[in-house]
Amino acid sequence: MNLRRLGAIILKELRQLRRDRLTFVMIAGVPLLQLVLFGYAINMDVRGINAAVLDQANTVNSREIIAELGSSQVLDLQYHLSAPQEIDALLRQGKISAALVIPSDFEQRRQSTDRPALQLVVDGSDQSIQASTRQLAEFPLPGTTLRTSIEVVNFYNPEREAAINTVPGLLGVILTMTMVIFTAVALVREREHGNLELLIATPVSSWELTIGKVMPFIGIGLIQVSVILIVGKWLFAVPIRGSVTELYVASLLFIIASLGVGIFISTITSTQFQAMQMAFFSFLPQILLSGFMFPFAGMPKAAQWIAELMPLTHYLRLTRGIMLRAASFSDLWSELLILMVFCVVLLGSATARINKRLD
Amino acid sequence: MSDDELVIKARSLTKRFGDFTAVDSLDLSVQRSEVFGFLGPNGCGKSTTIRMLCGLLLPSAGEIEVLGYKIPQDAEALKRRIGYMTQKFSLYEDLSVIENLQFLAAVQGLGKAAARARIDELLQRYWLTDIHQQLAGTLSGGQRQRLALAGAVLHKPDLLLLDEPTSAVDPQSRREFWDSLFELADAGTTLLVSTHYMDEAERCMRLGFLDAGKLVATGSPTELMDNLPGQALILDCQQPRQVQASLRDCPGVLATAQIGKALRILIDSTDAQETVQQHLKQANISVQIQPTEANLEDVFVYVTHKPAGAAS
Repeated sequence: MNLRRLGAIILKELRQLRRDRLTFVMIAGVPLLQLVLFGYAINMDVRGINAAVLDQANTVNSREIIAELGSSQVLDLQYHLSAPQEIDALLRQGKISAALVIPSDFEQRRQSTDRPALQLVVDGSDQSIQASTRQLAEFPLPGTTLRTSIEVVNFYNPEREAAINTVPGLLGVILTMTMVIFTAVALVREREHGNLELLIATPVSSWELTIGKVMPFIGIGLIQVSVILIVGKWLFAVPIRGSVTELYVASLLFIIASLGVGIFISTITSTQFQAMQMAFFSFLPQILLSGFMFPFAGMPKAAQWIAELMPLTHYLRLTRGIMLRAASFSDLWSELLILMVFCVVLLGSATARINKRLD
Repeated sequence: MSDDELVIKARSLTKRFGDFTAVDSLDLSVQRSEVFGFLGPNGCGKSTTIRMLCGLLLPSAGEIEVLGYKIPQDAEALKRRIGYMTQKFSLYEDLSVIENLQFLAAVQGLGKAAARARIDELLQRYWLTDIHQQLAGTLSGGQRQRLALAGAVLHKPDLLLLDEPTSAVDPQSRREFWDSLFELADAGTTLLVSTHYMDEAERCMRLGFLDAGKLVATGSPTELMDNLPGQALILDCQQPRQVQASLRDCPGVLATAQIGKALRILIDSTDAQETVQQHLKQANISVQIQPTEANLEDVFVYVTHKPAGAAS
């Protein structure tokens, strides 16, 4: 590895990037746009959930609770039911997403501590509704001091574990998209423009090419991370409860792994169009299966195994852990190790594929 | 010629792409400081041969030794000592002239100070000083070729391979470009230039004619013209087009080309002149036939001519 040669490649990439206005705008604009768009669109504080109420007790207290919950605006109590079977039907048809059940022994339950007094039946197929009804479980019942007075029953997905945490997830999604796309076209573009034929006729080595191409984007990726974290804190008050340094180290590894994916794509495709398509194929499953869109625990085993083979899955666990649960590397070392393996394998195989020949 | 003086030695060099044989058992030797011209129609294997000589393509069979390096084993070592100018402009269009040269200088391993001095020298020699800040993509065809040449000789290569370097350049720029090439040859650089311009071919010290992947003739331009077994004739006639049509099925005629109001034809032997006269007499066409000096185009037509039916 010749440092002067490496430096020349990095400088060349930066100069080209500076002249490519659209790409330059995309580097800064895409993360911001996605953050704002997804940050607001994927909002967990849902209000006005269509709901039904089944009051089997029909006491003064039960009617008071119904009135209070109704005025909280979280639930929009549209149906007053008389039989439990009706809940099933309305949920299945999608007419309601939640049903409040006040059992006939409500007055006794209020006095005892072993069983919740109320039951909230929730459409478990919709995570945003799960998230907001979870807050309802903390709702204080008038006239009692019990903490868990409402039992939330998730229909369809009773064991939901993954909490959606949009911004830590978005960090990974935005990095995946930008890093993979920018490097996926990197070598293909040189090949299409004929630059590669000149380049491979010089003493430049495959590693110098790979690292020279990757380095500028590592810097850009870290800038993107900072932008997302700052804007995330400012717009959505997203906390970083763990170590900021550890978050950056994890991000660095993930950026390198994603760039590795991009460079690898660049070595197996022959046109920029193919490279773009391949880039989309690479990050769509990552976004869908990593746990960003759908809870990881709710996926079938096979899908979970596939997801384990994707860098985003591990990065997501790291960011959620560090940012929200104040976890540290000692808790998440295995995820960190897997990301490192991804970096080595992806960059290594991409470099091995850079052939200094045309056939 | 002594073997040590050979810069390029290729023996039964062959390249196949699937079923297609692009280069077919080619033997080639190029001497030091020679300007060797590579001639042939489009798709005859010129670029493929040059790419194999640079180590960019793996030969299907045969041996190559360039500057003493065995190819493909020593291809990386060879790349430090050759300059290669691709057929298509291959510098970065979104970098300026000087940025391109700075990049190439570093990639070729020139130190910073050496690079600066060398780039200044080349900018002046190839009249690029005034436009050194201009983006390469905005240069004219001639300017691009000069920049590409400057890029190819930055590291003072011993051998320069140029693949149709003047295909997108006006005649004035082509002349200047060739002056630069001779300057390099005088300084001891060996040049291998592919072209399909006959005027450029005439400037080469030695020529190799390539047809369908085979080297069909080599020699200096005068050698090739003198040894041409066929004969070129000028036919003065009223209606050259009619004569041309009539001669299409005349045996012994290799090629016809209208030149102004006359017709230039190439016959495969001096005896065939008789045949042509008979043939035209039968067709009731009167012409005046004059033998003329063969030129390189005649050589080209003769060596690449495939008799009807024998075409493979």
